[in-house]
Amino acid sequence: MKHLIAGAAMALMAVTGTASADGHANYPERPIMMMVSYGAGGATDFQARIVTMTAGNEDALGMPIAILNKPGAGGRVGWNWLAGQAEADGYTLGAYNVPHFIAQSIKGGVEYSADSFEPIANWGADPAVFVVGKDSEFNSMDDVVNFAKENPGKLTFSGAGLFVGHHIAALQLEKASGAQLAYIPNNKGGAGAMKAVIAGEVMGGVNNLSDAFRAEQAGNVKILGVFDLERNDFLPDVPTLKEQGYDIDNASVNFRGVMVPKGTPQGIIDKLAATVPEMFKNGRVAGKMKAGGSPMHIMTRDEVLEMWAAREVTLKELLAGL
Amino acid sequence: MEFIYYFGDVFTPISFGLLLLGTIGGLILGATPGLSPTMAVALLIPFTFQLEAAQGLILLGAAYTSTVAGGAVSAILLKIPGAPANIATTLDGHTMAKKGQGARALQLSFLASAVGGVFGVLLLIFLTPVLAKWALAFGPSHLFWLAILGVTIIGSLDGSSVVKGLLSGCIGLWLSTIGFDDIMGAQRFIFHPSLGGGINIIAALIGLFAIPQVLSMFAKGRKDTTSELISVEKHSIMDALREVVSSVRALSIGTITGSIIGLIPGVGGQIAGLVAYDQSKKFSSEREKFGTGHPEGIIAAESANNAMVGPSLVPLLTLSIPGSPTAAVLLGGLLIHGIFPGSDLFDNHPQVAWTFINSMLIGQVLMCIFGLYVAGLAARVATVPQYVMAAIVLGLAVFGSYSVQSSMGDVYVMLSLGVMMYFLERFGFSAAPLVLGLILGPIAEANFIQGSMIANATSGLGPYFLTGTLNLFLIAIVIASIIYSVWMELRSRRYTAKEDLI
Repeated sequence: MKHLIAGAAMALMAVTGTASADGHANYPERPIMMMVSYGAGGATDFQARIVTMTAGNEDALGMPIAILNKPGAGGRVGWNWLAGQAEADGYTLGAYNVPHFIAQSIKGGVEYSADSFEPIANWGADPAVFVVGKDSEFNSMDDVVNFAKENPGKLTFSGAGLFVGHHIAALQLEKASGAQLAYIPNNKGGAGAMKAVIAGEVMGGVNNLSDAFRAEQAGNVKILGVFDLERNDFLPDVPTLKEQGYDIDNASVNFRGVMVPKGTPQGIIDKLAATVPEMFKNGRVAGKMKAGGSPMHIMTRDEVLEMWAAREVTLKELLAGL
Repeated sequence: MEFIYYFGDVFTPISFGLLLLGTIGGLILGATPGLSPTMAVALLIPFTFQLEAAQGLILLGAAYTSTVAGGAVSAILLKIPGAPANIATTLDGHTMAKKGQGARALQLSFLASAVGGVFGVLLLIFLTPVLAKWALAFGPSHLFWLAILGVTIIGSLDGSSVVKGLLSGCIGLWLSTIGFDDIMGAQRFIFHPSLGGGINIIAALIGLFAIPQVLSMFAKGRKDTTSELISVEKHSIMDALREVVSSVRALSIGTITGSIIGLIPGVGGQIAGLVAYDQSKKFSSEREKFGTGHPEGIIAAESANNAMVGPSLVPLLTLSIPGSPTAAVLLGGLLIHGIFPGSDLFDNHPQVAWTFINSMLIGQVLMCIFGLYVAGLAARVATVPQYVMAAIVLGLAVFGSYSVQSSMGDVYVMLSLGVMMYFLERFGFSAAPLVLGLILGPIAEANFIQGSMIANATSGLGPYFLTGTLNLFLIAIVIASIIYSVWMELRSRRYTAKEDLI
């Protein structure tokens, strides 16, 4: 017994010794936690679990990443926690959703902004798409916009809430088409918004490409346009809004990735920024993501920094009138 | 009848082993305060990464059915409802356990759960296409009226006084406005960061039900503990079976209410038990016995909350829309294997779909058998001295509310609501109407706002909320429910007035 205790003490000393010796060469030395600001089972949670499942491999971080859900108030609860209460020691990561958290910080009432976090890498990009019920008379975005022009304010369409990607897409569509639309935010997120379209409560809806793709496969909806710069691999036949003559960029695309709170040691940020994108490239991850209908889009830290900055400018402009 | 063809798949050694594991594990997880069915299923998802699709879903399906039933254990023995579904079970179940009839209460609850559960899954098997249309029929205006219907039963739910019931319902409705509002994102009554996400329903449940009884146990102190020792009555399973069979009315009201309400996306499981409890109380000839340890109360509540399990999956399996948080987690479990619910599931992966559904059917039976087996043992909890019990319940309450989303904030919320409820109970208010208000508030509010936004863009508020068969039907029930409550209140007043004279 004595030997055991002595051994344990030695091991402990060794561990603390190396850790203090120089920074972060041995990081990570214990499992890492990643906060997801949406509930278990949601798209962000689901994807976060898949992309981090290989973290324990030797060629990745060598330590597993555990997911911690802090849902509430459209993600604000989790991000408030990460910005204000989480320890910036490199063992607490967070998942981000752009444009959600940037739009919320512009709107105000939260304790974070884009400057409160340091991006690590991006794993996915889920563009918004415009869907209508399978029996709808609309067959292109022009049909939708023409109806809205003839009946100002009468075209009802659903989306996952205010200040999320779907809302941004709705604002962009309104601006680019010049028509007056009635955006109906749903309190049950993308799933609730999709149900409203399928049940015919609203005439159309903005929704996630991944969910809309599934609903189209099930024969419940038609997809009329993609709010992105290019067509998507999942839907090669659906034109972008730009192709259909509306000047809309990718500001509404829901980017998902990993970030850490500001104040995390630079050595750790660098190490994560080098390792994490490689971890996302793992074949098993790609396979599971594709099977689930979740589009991947891997970006490095520098690319994400650029994307965040660009997004902040566009969103400030779009949300200025609200 | 396709499902019979796939029954064999459930009984292969690995599948059946997983089914047993899911059922027993689910019962334990369900009986742990704070672990709702949604969380239990979410916890199991990573294990299914390594399994085949059908096997993974067997595990999840079995766990889902048995956690719902397992929640009754802590509701009856500790007065901590494991999930909103079990609130109504505490009303009669815990009273019964306090009288030493915990074994009987548990047996009744497991038998009723199994009957309701099997009926619900059979509905899922035979009527899915019809039910899918029904699930879609509920738009914002209908959900709003449904929530209002729920509000009308608040007064009659519990306690002696309708006015006090309504008042505690109002407190619940007010509590539900705390936090960022669901649609506009406006901040309401947030004075502390832990309230930012609103009041978590599980934390509130634990606080409102468990803490007042802990406080009153502590208040009694350690004196005269010997006189309070309860002798736990043994109760034979055959008697329980007879009792369940003889309360056909409560059983059928519970099962039918549960299956209908379970179908409606977004409302489902949370209120099924309470509505069924209230209905069977209203239709019962022994109305006054409810709340005092009446078997019909347990039977109605538990058959309802398990009957909802099957129908609650209809929107997910047919339309690929998760109708409840648990269904959303199950969707993740399907997607990870590249299976899309909807026609794809039944056409291209029938062995997965039917094995999953069959496993829930068998799971109900297994759950009942294991539940009955442990009922006698579990009921001995009541013999634990009160001061020890108080400490255990307090510990579980803190653990349970923390584990919901790993947040100390929820523990503070749980404790403050609990202390508040302790004083409210001394003035004759009760927790069940308060919780119902807390659950119904967001449903009524969000659907009214959504409905009015759609109405303003289209036909106008009046026609949108007040026309259409389903709207009118729901309004009629709302009015009937109000008239009934008023009438009963008047009648009981006249009755008591006469008694006072004599």
